[in-house]
Amino acid sequence: MSSATARLTWSLGDRPPDRLAPGDGGSHEVVPDPWAWSHGAGVRVCVVDTGVEDGHRSIGRIQGAYEVVRDGTGELTVRETDGGDACGHGTACAGLIRRVAPECELYSVRVLGKGFTGTGAALLTGLRWAVEQGFPVVNLSLSTTRRQFLEALRSLADQAYFDRVTLVASAHNSPVESYPWRFSSVISVGSHREDDPGLFLYNPDPPVEFFAPGQNVYVAWLNGTCIRTTGNSFATPFISGLCARLLGSHPGLTPFQVKNALYLAAANVRTAAAAAGEPAGEPVGESVGTSVGDADRGE
Amino acid sequence: MSQSNGLTRPPDPFRQPSGAEGGDAESALLQSVVDTARAIFGARAGSVLLHDEAAGELVFQAVSGQGEDFLVGSRFPADRGLAGWVLVSGEPMIADDLRHQGMFARDVAESTGYVPDALMAAPLAHGDRVLGVLEVLDPVEQSRSSLSELDLLALFARQAAAALYVVTDRREQRERYEHAAVRAHTAAVLDPAGRARGLELVNALRELLDSPGS
Repeated sequence: MSSATARLTWSLGDRPPDRLAPGDGGSHEVVPDPWAWSHGAGVRVCVVDTGVEDGHRSIGRIQGAYEVVRDGTGELTVRETDGGDACGHGTACAGLIRRVAPECELYSVRVLGKGFTGTGAALLTGLRWAVEQGFPVVNLSLSTTRRQFLEALRSLADQAYFDRVTLVASAHNSPVESYPWRFSSVISVGSHREDDPGLFLYNPDPPVEFFAPGQNVYVAWLNGTCIRTTGNSFATPFISGLCARLLGSHPGLTPFQVKNALYLAAANVRTAAAAAGEPAGEPVGESVGTSVGDADRGE
Repeated sequence: MSQSNGLTRPPDPFRQPSGAEGGDAESALLQSVVDTARAIFGARAGSVLLHDEAAGELVFQAVSGQGEDFLVGSRFPADRGLAGWVLVSGEPMIADDLRHQGMFARDVAESTGYVPDALMAAPLAHGDRVLGVLEVLDPVEQSRSSLSELDLLALFARQAAAALYVVTDRREQRERYEHAAVRAHTAAVLDPAGRARGLELVNALRELLDSPGS
């Protein structure tokens, strides 16, 4: 694992415009169609959650498993673990990311369960570690209502934004204040109520920025099982998977560029563009949510 | 993800009430909550599980329908399964297809004697603290996959948590008042030296009880 290094600039200096190439050498032109993007090959996605069941039939092998623990002095730290999931929630998220971006590399950091019940400190520790490792995509289907972590989380989200770490965070299911999904530096996700498993929408009324399938979703769960469930937690991995697909095609995009590409690819934006007479790409390839969901059920 | 920051001690529903009145009010409230939740969602069973932070466990505090005869008082680890997730995340959740997958046979059914096919659960959250979990087992079909039904359960659970907080807080306030009255009476019947020593003893005890490890 290598730590990310921020490449921050304060001025244009003497650089000519052609030195300001967006991305990292890949094509700069992003097709506004997520199913035409890659399958996420080579993109590292970190699931900060309850852990992930390694080898689950909907997930396969994960590339790394870590957990937040207390060290001998009582300080929280991150260490490698042999995997496992306390509740099933992280496994569900990982399975959904795999469904959308089947070739991405999955990593897990356990910040909840197995001794951590309701401490935002563990979330902050795990998330900070993930940002420092420079994962291009971090899925956070969690939030904390504890205001004492607000500024630390905001600062961390800003650091991620500048370090090309795209944080994809679930909006709280209830109308309560929680973080970090409320920050403009992250991609915040809620659920829509449509049946289309490949549909995602841009929300012009923040703070939730995108709506994705989160109702009656078939997900991986503990002990190799799958269940059907509902909640914003399960819409968020869909968007994380799309980010992995995009970054597989266009490595090095900043979170700003990723968010903009998602905006342009959202069904309601494409429909609006088409109505205005502008070209809009047609969906290419499989409808990932449907095809893999059937395979999970052995149908 | 919610707990008190320790600046003020939240009401503790696991403390033994000094009189039957406080305990009766809490029991009646929780039973009403779970009965109503079960009725709203046409469920076969419902339960209120409160978080015993000291033990790291969830405790069945009120049950309606299947299991109400024997489940109250049963405990299981607070960081396991769906209820554990709801507790630690502070988020409501719906899960379906459970019996088909057999997942409850190990985690819950062996201890409860009941294997649900679907479950809705919402946190009993007040402020930034989660007091426990409200569960509804096997709701009617139309409630099992809907975001609006999940919203409704979450709203109801918040109302229930606020009521629970008020009842528990009032009971603790009454207990504090009763303790203060006993202390004043004791001080009044002692001579000045005895009163001073008595107050020292009471203050030492109070400090001990209020210390973080107590």
